[in-house]
Amino acid sequence: MTTLLKRAFMLLGLPIILVAAWWFASAGSTSPFWPPLSTILEAFPTTWTMDRIVGDVFPSLARLGIGFALAVLVGIVAGTAIGLSPTLRALAEPVLEFFRAVPPPVLVPIIALFAGYTGWLGKIVTIALGCLWPILLNTVEGVRGLEPVLGDTAKSYQLSRWRRLLFVVLPGASPRIFTGARQALSIGVILMVISELFGANRGLGAAIVQFQRSFAIPQMWTGIILLGLIGVLLAAIFKVVENRMLAWYVGQRQIERGV
Amino acid sequence: MSSSPATLAPPASGGTRPRTRSRRARRSRDVWLGILGVLIVLVGAEILSRTGIVNPAFLPPVTEMYASLFQMLGEGWFWENLWLTVRGWAIGLAAAMALGIVVGFIIGSVPFLRAFTNSTIEFLRPIPSVALIPLVVLLFGTKPASAFLLVLYAAFWPVLVQVLYGVADVDPVARDTARSYQFGPLRIARSVIYPTALPYIMTAFRLAAAVALILEITAELVIGVPGLGKQIGIAQSSANVPETYALVIVVGLIGVAVNLMARFVERKALWWHSSVRGEHS
Repeated sequence: MTTLLKRAFMLLGLPIILVAAWWFASAGSTSPFWPPLSTILEAFPTTWTMDRIVGDVFPSLARLGIGFALAVLVGIVAGTAIGLSPTLRALAEPVLEFFRAVPPPVLVPIIALFAGYTGWLGKIVTIALGCLWPILLNTVEGVRGLEPVLGDTAKSYQLSRWRRLLFVVLPGASPRIFTGARQALSIGVILMVISELFGANRGLGAAIVQFQRSFAIPQMWTGIILLGLIGVLLAAIFKVVENRMLAWYVGQRQIERGV
Repeated sequence: MSSSPATLAPPASGGTRPRTRSRRARRSRDVWLGILGVLIVLVGAEILSRTGIVNPAFLPPVTEMYASLFQMLGEGWFWENLWLTVRGWAIGLAAAMALGIVVGFIIGSVPFLRAFTNSTIEFLRPIPSVALIPLVVLLFGTKPASAFLLVLYAAFWPVLVQVLYGVADVDPVARDTARSYQFGPLRIARSVIYPTALPYIMTAFRLAAAVALILEITAELVIGVPGLGKQIGIAQSSANVPETYALVIVVGLIGVAVNLMARFVERKALWWHSSVRGEHS
């Protein structure tokens, strides 16, 4: 019982202290930029109504999901192809290094030239392109870093090309692929928000900036909090998926460290 | 008979020579392939644009982009904005590194603090820094301080987390040895914890340098903080397409330079790290 209490204290102690500090420090605040936390919380349900969630939040998340999924698909396919062929890798490496180094937000003005920025297409392309490079490059590294013995064993067991790809190469590269996907997800969230800041738009990011421009400060704060919660939630979901799919790897690492 | 020494001699040294030659050949082949790859992309884009397969209004010929780029190099505003971007990046990164390392060392060396702050760090870390954009706009408008706060927030977490890993990685025997030699806490931090954590700090530097550049450019582009990002927005909205691309290329090259520098610094540190380990074992 005491260990349970102790664990709960360790887990919740600091968050409670911080929220309480925010609550009391802002309680009597008359500063327009720092409204009392109670005001922000009161504004939350009236701001994020069902209408807003369906009209702003869901479309944003859907675009993020589609763009991220596209990037995972293309990144893994292209990354595996490049990783398996030394010639292709040598050919593509400097080009990939450049595209990886371009900060993804500058894609926004470029893509705005092609697709405009009011529809979904430009935003999805922005998110997908921004997410692509970390996944692609990590897949290349993961495929390249495979233990040669694994490939040779698979060959000597006469596994077909596809089986080798499916059961040896991809699982072997998957820890690196997940590393890339995790980086990509946080870039995707950034791009989800800023792709909505250009032109007239609806969406989570657009809504928050509209609150700020119209000086609806408590509403703006609710948007910041909501966006933060979404970031935390996405990271948590990612962790669950990763732990499930990489369970073998986590176990292996623990054994290696133990020995 | 007279030819036998000549035929016998080569295998003695030939065992190694062809191998090094082939490795060198492969490396130079890779370099040429890389250059070829870049050329394919450049020429491909030029052809796509010149033939009108892609509307030149959206994708101008690469030669025009570079013409615009070289023209910019002769103009004062370009260098001024380049300086503003690099300065904003460097200051934000330096502050995030300093703060992350100090906080990381303090939290990491005290087991209670480590356990007590864990849930909060895990919660705050994934909060996207762009969520703070409206707030910094209200507080600082388009002043560099807006970009600074965004860069600081975004780059701080990777540094903190890496330093925490690094401090946790310290060999308990080494720490106990230092303690039994009556090293003070500062000396333990300097001579035991710091060397273990250094490779992690270098990883943190590499991650934070890239993130800091992304957020610096984002702040310039989205908020309008002076710098190259703002110029990209201006070039795009005034329909100067070649200049837009030229600026994007410049920003990309800054990114390449940042990555190369970070990797260079990291490799130095890792070389030092492994060499020390090698000597002891």
